[in-house]
Amino acid sequence: MQSKSLIASLSLAAIASFTTPAHAQVEIQWWHAMSGPLGEWVNDLVKGYNDSQKDYKVVATYKGTYPETLTAGIAAFRAGNQPDILQVFEVGTATMMASKGAIVPVGKVMKDSGLKFDPSGYVSAVAGYYTAPNGQMLSMPFNSSTTIFYYNKDAFKAAGLDPEKAPKTWAEVALAAAKLKASGHACPFTTSWISWTQLESFSAWHNVEFATKGNGMGGNDARLTFNGPLQVRHIQDLENMAKQGLFVYKGRENKADTTFPSGECAMLTGSAGLLGNIKKNAKFNYGVAPLPYYEDVAGAPQNTVIGGASLWVMSGKPADHYKGVASFFNYLSSPEVQSESHKRTGYLPITTAAFKLTEQSGFYKQNPGADVAVNQMIRKTTDKSRGIRLGNFLQIRTIIDEELEQVWAGKATAKQALDKAVARGNEQLEKFQAANKS
Amino acid sequence: MAAEKRVVFRSPWLPLALLAPQAAVIGVFFFWPAAQTVMQSFQQQDAFGTSTSWVGVENFVHLFQDRSYIESFKTTAIFSVSVAVFGIAISLLLAYFADRAIRGALVYKTLLIWPYAVAPAVAGVLWLFMFAPSIGVVAYALRKSGIDWNHLLNGDQAMLLIIMAAIWKQISYNFLFFLAGLSSIPKSLIEAAAIDGAKPWRRFWTIVFPLLSPTTFFLLVINIVYAFFDTFGIVDAATEGGPGKDTAILVYKVYYDGFKALDLGGSAAQSVIIMSIVVVLTVLQFKFVEKKVNY
Repeated sequence: MQSKSLIASLSLAAIASFTTPAHAQVEIQWWHAMSGPLGEWVNDLVKGYNDSQKDYKVVATYKGTYPETLTAGIAAFRAGNQPDILQVFEVGTATMMASKGAIVPVGKVMKDSGLKFDPSGYVSAVAGYYTAPNGQMLSMPFNSSTTIFYYNKDAFKAAGLDPEKAPKTWAEVALAAAKLKASGHACPFTTSWISWTQLESFSAWHNVEFATKGNGMGGNDARLTFNGPLQVRHIQDLENMAKQGLFVYKGRENKADTTFPSGECAMLTGSAGLLGNIKKNAKFNYGVAPLPYYEDVAGAPQNTVIGGASLWVMSGKPADHYKGVASFFNYLSSPEVQSESHKRTGYLPITTAAFKLTEQSGFYKQNPGADVAVNQMIRKTTDKSRGIRLGNFLQIRTIIDEELEQVWAGKATAKQALDKAVARGNEQLEKFQAANKS
Repeated sequence: MAAEKRVVFRSPWLPLALLAPQAAVIGVFFFWPAAQTVMQSFQQQDAFGTSTSWVGVENFVHLFQDRSYIESFKTTAIFSVSVAVFGIAISLLLAYFADRAIRGALVYKTLLIWPYAVAPAVAGVLWLFMFAPSIGVVAYALRKSGIDWNHLLNGDQAMLLIIMAAIWKQISYNFLFFLAGLSSIPKSLIEAAAIDGAKPWRRFWTIVFPLLSPTTFFLLVINIVYAFFDTFGIVDAATEGGPGKDTAILVYKVYYDGFKALDLGGSAAQSVIIMSIVVVLTVLQFKFVEKKVNY
């Protein structure tokens, strides 16, 4: 993958050196973390843009995983070699926002360029996440996903369950899991991104606070509150499922992802961005459904929270670079490009216009399940569900992993683990607040 | 050492000039980064380095207020001692057998040296695959024999996994040194002992092992340093410090805080602490263990 794009860019460079253009093109460097089929998608986007005009040339470079790309961007900034555009995953958002000298807000870049740019055209649960409390859009939403529920229809049939009826509530998930186990399934249910699916999205889905200050969107002085009665109840339910072998823990981050398309686990909660992989690799009939919820909770289901990444504009570049960046972002947010990307990857369409365009094309009718993630996100958000944006979020997620592992191992109760995770997580928030006084 | 020969340089410049290239390499690749680490450990920076403030010993205070950091000293001790002791013992055994004139000795030697070329992270992934609870070959065999292997939730098994991976990675290095050490032991000594009726086991303990002690001592120091510094890749690939913090050894936290969490000050403070531990351990080894070494 990487060598292919290297050869491509080398040959492009060779061509460029032979055909001297009438006026020099401005080169825009973009560092990203998209590999495999997603990397090909990025390269096609760049090619589409470069072919559409002559003034700027965007060069996309793959820099490794999300954390690796962020680290590379930071190291480059410190050395004065930063790219123009850096792709940063959602947990790095607060870090980027706090680094005021290192970035230029996208709202400013677009305004200075004089191009037409309307932030209100963006899906609010997406754009709101990347917008400062003062209303300025800080980064460009790029690949946004959310948490959804996947299930194996063939396994459902084998267990005597109705394959066309996905479990709607957590009680139904537990019942389905029990039947799957009785039919000999070794892994009825598992989950990827445990903090994101079972606590962050879970809280927003039930319109319950994850952290104070509007889940951290309102300022650096937010503190965690995910040890409330509903979250404790849910983790307890999962603990009970784990004890009976109905929920099988498959590791941190997205380690569980592979267990669904391989057929090992019959139900999985994970990123909507996994759909492309499942489409390609699953050798069975699968279904996609909204995240399960507790039906006795008033206001549920609300909406789920965003994941994925956005594009940040780095500071310290010449003025003509920013013009190029603005023109590229303008291209990226056109409804046609957005809709195409959404169909191709399973990531969310970021603008309402793109969603409507996709709907009109009849895509959702031909691909049942492709609109599940969109429908979970395009609702009117509340202060408790708009999104979760916290400093040192990466560490907080690791702390949640560590404490919940004690629950699955039977060493701590749900309440103990969540209390401890909140206490340890708050230390991280205090540290972040002290380091980023504004 | 009365028979020591002293070579005296006439000019003081020649020895200095001869030392200069090596000193420059150590200076650039060790002393300079180490000095920077010490400096950073007293600073607090945002991720991009746009603002830097001196915070005194605050980074260190934060560390020692964290109970889990104190606990990771214990984890690190268990890990490092196991890696050094078992790593050295197994390599010595392998080298001792490979040194004997057997058919195909060269093949065995080559195969035993191979793992050294493997990067730590790759070693971690390799062992992870063998022991992956659902798809691993070894995990499957263990389950068949009644052992429920799940290092994702069982801390002792997770620790065992990273110890095995770390030892496997280092065996080749130890093996090479032991093999060289063994081949320098005069055959006549061993033959003489054999004629006197000493069995292989006794010959090993009374002749070979003492004559190998300089090599063993050198490897002990090297292996401790290895276990303390070079093993974060294995931990990151195999367990990510989990379950809980059961395999979060000190150097893994340095890597995690510095490269993933972007807390350079805190990470630098931890590096300084590990560096001091290793310095103290090395001094202690030279002071006490070296007395038992026959050169």
